[in-house]
Amino acid sequence: MSKDKEREPLFSSKNLKLLREPLGENNPITVQVLGICSALAVTVKLKPSVVMALSVVVVMAVSNVVVSLFRKTVPPRIRIIFQLVVIAMMVVLVDQVLKAFAFEVSKQLSVFVGLIITNCIIMGRLEAFALANKPWESLLDGIGNAAGYGLILITVGFFREFLGSGTIFGYPVMEKLGIYNIGYENNGFMILPPMALITVGIIIWIQRSRNRDLVDKS
Amino acid sequence: MKALRKQIDKIKPHFEKGGKLEKLHSLFDAIEVLIFVPDRVTSRGSHIRDGVDMKRVMITVWIALIPAMLFGIYNIGLQYYQSINVEAGFWEMVWFGFLKFLPLLLVSYIVGLGIEIIFAQIRGHEVNEGYFVTGLLIPLIVPVDVPLWQLALAVVFAVIIGKEVFGGTGMNILNPALVARAFLFFSYPKWMSGDKVWIANLVNGEGVADTFSGATPLAQAALYETDSMPSVMNMFLGTIPGSVGETSTAAILIGALILIYTGVGSWKIIVSAFAGGLGMGLLLNAFAVNPFMEIPAYQHLIMGGFAFGAVFMATDPVSGSQTETGKWIYGFMIGVLSILIRVLNPAFPEGVFLAILFMNVFAPLIDYYIIQANIRRRLKRATSN
Repeated sequence: MSKDKEREPLFSSKNLKLLREPLGENNPITVQVLGICSALAVTVKLKPSVVMALSVVVVMAVSNVVVSLFRKTVPPRIRIIFQLVVIAMMVVLVDQVLKAFAFEVSKQLSVFVGLIITNCIIMGRLEAFALANKPWESLLDGIGNAAGYGLILITVGFFREFLGSGTIFGYPVMEKLGIYNIGYENNGFMILPPMALITVGIIIWIQRSRNRDLVDKS
Repeated sequence: MKALRKQIDKIKPHFEKGGKLEKLHSLFDAIEVLIFVPDRVTSRGSHIRDGVDMKRVMITVWIALIPAMLFGIYNIGLQYYQSINVEAGFWEMVWFGFLKFLPLLLVSYIVGLGIEIIFAQIRGHEVNEGYFVTGLLIPLIVPVDVPLWQLALAVVFAVIIGKEVFGGTGMNILNPALVARAFLFFSYPKWMSGDKVWIANLVNGEGVADTFSGATPLAQAALYETDSMPSVMNMFLGTIPGSVGETSTAAILIGALILIYTGVGSWKIIVSAFAGGLGMGLLLNAFAVNPFMEIPAYQHLIMGGFAFGAVFMATDPVSGSQTETGKWIYGFMIGVLSILIRVLNPAFPEGVFLAILFMNVFAPLIDYYIIQANIRRRLKRATSN
């Protein structure tokens, strides 16, 4: 690299785009349709959704950086197994931290923390981005994609808890508003997995009707 | 009539593009088409001339539903006066039933058509007759005491998620009326199952004798109380508790005859659904280990919503199978699955709506394989000589 070439600023517009795009027009769930399974499974309540989102942010950001650091030394033939080791290490760490400091939530999330390993978004970003880019960009890409995933998770979790249980973060909003007294009842369907799928579908619908470029051409 | 036409023509420009009330175009159009036959004619190409259009098909189904609806109205009153142990005349019962049924019908039509009009306006369609039948089906397949706001919510869900997301009438994968019922069933099970919801005002329980049970025959069978089930004649005629329009197999059969005679509903689906149900019933009889499985197979066909589902829901030409062979398979599987779910799955007291929704999803697959098989067969015939 020649000396007079200016170093790219840390938050150049190109780098910010890595953070911003996965939140909207390149969202891992609504546009790439990855990571759906956990989005359906953990979004019954808001709290596990938030914890899950944070866990994925940590796992993804760190694994992206690690894989990016080793991108020139790891032979391509064993790259997948290497990625898996990195992700698995991070997932075990996150799992242990959750068990130590948030046991209740850890119990609610049960097997799904462990299953972060199989979350297609993480492997996808490692393969598609971290292997070919520098650590800093990889970090931003990891945080961006995990945040895009988390955004959908938390949105779905909010509606499912609010309409299904009448609470937000366990706080009985509907009861405090006194809506039950006029005959309102919680919607039991929101607690069942199909409604998570339909909620994600509605989010996709709204997003695509606002942004026509995302509509699949047939 | 001429005066009305003149009046409509006078205000028409306001609703066309660029007019003051352009936003209400869909509503205006719907009303105009409702009153007068549209004057738009095709201008080129050859066309099949036929009196059958969507309006004609829909009105035929609507007429076929009338016997079930009228009996349902009478049965609401009958069940109510029986539950409070009061002697009442025929018209008294009908009037009571009418007052109970009317709000359900109004909510269904006003909410459903409202959403149809909004979507037609946004998408620049005309409001079509798609909701005409669904709007009558929905109040017929819910318990009489279902809270109106829940019904309204279910209608919103059914029309938007069941129909409009797929592109509106004719494009839906699932039967919208059943989507509404499934939504209610899973969202508010308290109001959709149990032994209190099927008879008007029984939830409050005022003036009801202690020993009175409002359980449907199906619920009684599921509890193995087969001795206290109503007689076969009562179940056939429909003087039993149940959803508004589903109780009377006799009234439904009149509707079935109308559908079959006019060709609007496929007799193949109806016949194969009943055959499937009967077959599954006989199979269960053969391996009966509890009183529910011992119920004579034919009784399954007159209990619960089986007949109503087989005649009016399974025959929906949009969500059902399109190929002739496919109709046999589709109907038969509906019959089999209905009875299977009903008898063997304790979580669901009735399986018909689930079976039909399930087969709705499979209908395109069935059609695909039927068509592929047909193509292969004809190809073989063409290439063999």
